[in-house]
Amino acid sequence: MSLDSTGTVTPYSPSDELAGTIPLPPSLAAYADEPERLPTDEVIVNMGPSHPAMHGTVRIVARLDGELIKDADVQVGYLHRGFEKECEAATYTQIFPYVDRLNYVSAMLNNVGYAMAVEKLLGITDRIPERAEYIRVIVGELSRISDHLTCIVASLAELGGLTTFFWGNRAREHVWELLEDVSGARLTYSYCRIGGVAWDLTPDFADKARVKLTKIADYVADVRKLVERNRIFLDRMEGVGVISKEDAISYGFTGPCLRACGVAYDVRKDHPYSVYDHFDFDVPIAHGGDNLARYLVRIEEIYQSMSIIEQALAQIPPGPIIMDDPAIALPAKREVYNTIEGMIAHFKHIMEGIRVPPGEAYSYTEAANGELGFFIVSDGTGRPYKCRCRPPCFYITSALRDMILGANVADVVPIFGSINMIGGECDR
Amino acid sequence: MAERLLDLLLAELPDAVVEVGSYLGDEIALVHRDRVRDVLTLLRDHESSKMDMLVDLTVVDYLGQSPRFEVVYHLRSTTFGHRLRVKAGVPEDDPTIASVADLWKSANWSEREAWDLYGVRFEGHPDLRRILMYGAFEGHPLRKDYPQNARQPLVRRPDAPPTDELTTRLRLHSHDRRVE
Repeated sequence: MSLDSTGTVTPYSPSDELAGTIPLPPSLAAYADEPERLPTDEVIVNMGPSHPAMHGTVRIVARLDGELIKDADVQVGYLHRGFEKECEAATYTQIFPYVDRLNYVSAMLNNVGYAMAVEKLLGITDRIPERAEYIRVIVGELSRISDHLTCIVASLAELGGLTTFFWGNRAREHVWELLEDVSGARLTYSYCRIGGVAWDLTPDFADKARVKLTKIADYVADVRKLVERNRIFLDRMEGVGVISKEDAISYGFTGPCLRACGVAYDVRKDHPYSVYDHFDFDVPIAHGGDNLARYLVRIEEIYQSMSIIEQALAQIPPGPIIMDDPAIALPAKREVYNTIEGMIAHFKHIMEGIRVPPGEAYSYTEAANGELGFFIVSDGTGRPYKCRCRPPCFYITSALRDMILGANVADVVPIFGSINMIGGECDR
Repeated sequence: MAERLLDLLLAELPDAVVEVGSYLGDEIALVHRDRVRDVLTLLRDHESSKMDMLVDLTVVDYLGQSPRFEVVYHLRSTTFGHRLRVKAGVPEDDPTIASVADLWKSANWSEREAWDLYGVRFEGHPDLRRILMYGAFEGHPLRKDYPQNARQPLVRRPDAPPTDELTTRLRLHSHDRRVE
């Protein structure tokens, strides 16, 4: 980056600086036109599906001219588990463990997204207890922090910054300890229920969370200090993996990747759901559309999520955490063991599932990677007729070919890291 | 906002629309299969709709009904923020519909997925290959008449080495006697 006398900023480009500035030594003068004289063949290189630098199982078949990527075929599907087919055979409650395994780095957000889709179909969106909504926001934003941290530090590790990887994972450990306190699990929580959440927060949750948030902020600050003025990092991120705003919209980008192209679309702001309209937060955008822009947007979103959590902890009201409706929520264990009504309600709930009226609904929430949509078609039974998940990173990965064309082989890794493709969600 | 979209559709292309409606706050337009491209082009380009994002494309299989399949498009406008669901019925004996991969780039992969899992062909798609399943897979797994517990034989990758060579290699590198 350089400033001229008029104050215009010229983006830094290593090739401009080097072009013509390094003369060949006289002994090599005869080889000056070598690139034109030597016959060169294109090489097909196969990256993945199981490759140490690919943190999802994806295969890229690239046609290379030297280091340059001339053409590429991105192949996904190696982690396809038949999510939709399994859902069609499961009751609405049994689907929670399946949605945990979509984006397994921020499983809480999938839980919330799916629960809200079924609640929309049941018509009970405005009957969810307010405390449950706040708990969903808190655990969801914690998950978002964990997802962004994972994306950032994993791609930094691939660029050689292993220290940041350890620091970021320590910060993530704090998030997971909090979520473990709440749900009992560290990765796949199955914590939400239709009509609320499974358990209340622990009594000391708020104090613990405040302490841990400051620790996470310290770790994030440390990571930023190491990389943001680092020449190697900037060279690998700035101007690499650029996608234009128009292409990003046409490819169906959402989330941090779209906001890095200058489009301030965030479901939490544009179509507020749950209690997100109670909080004061910003939607960060960047204008480069490159790796660096995506990194910056994610860093800022971590701070915004922390602010949302702090506001939610201050505002959270007391009260029930799940609807008191035997047709939707499981009765309390006390009731199940001691009353015949409770026992029958429990049996019907487990064996037949929640009866959802026939119809269809598309519900969308802001997950860590973008708009996570669930399109559910019900035929009136306890199992969905169709349960389509709209995975944000499937659409982002579909643009990977355009983003790596013309780049160097070594750029594939940071580009792929910065779009944060999660195999479980992309392939379902 | 979205009601205006349905009015726009009814005013501009009345013969393409089968019915319009609203359910649980979602605006829905059911259109004729052979006019789906006209409808989607209008929605994308008209200055009062500007649906520049195809959020999602999927298929629902209503086995035993006619038409059997329903292709579902979820559209959104980044300018106005409004959304619309467009649906088109596709019969079982001719499961084809026009591709919109040239209107939105996101349709490329989602149409491939719809073809892969439901067997609905998108006419004019530049590269209609399977995407989630492998090439030798037979059938379309999300169709309602495909059993949930069906198994298909393991297939050999076209570039895999011949069996005897593979066995030798496994024997050389394995401490597991069962390979022999």
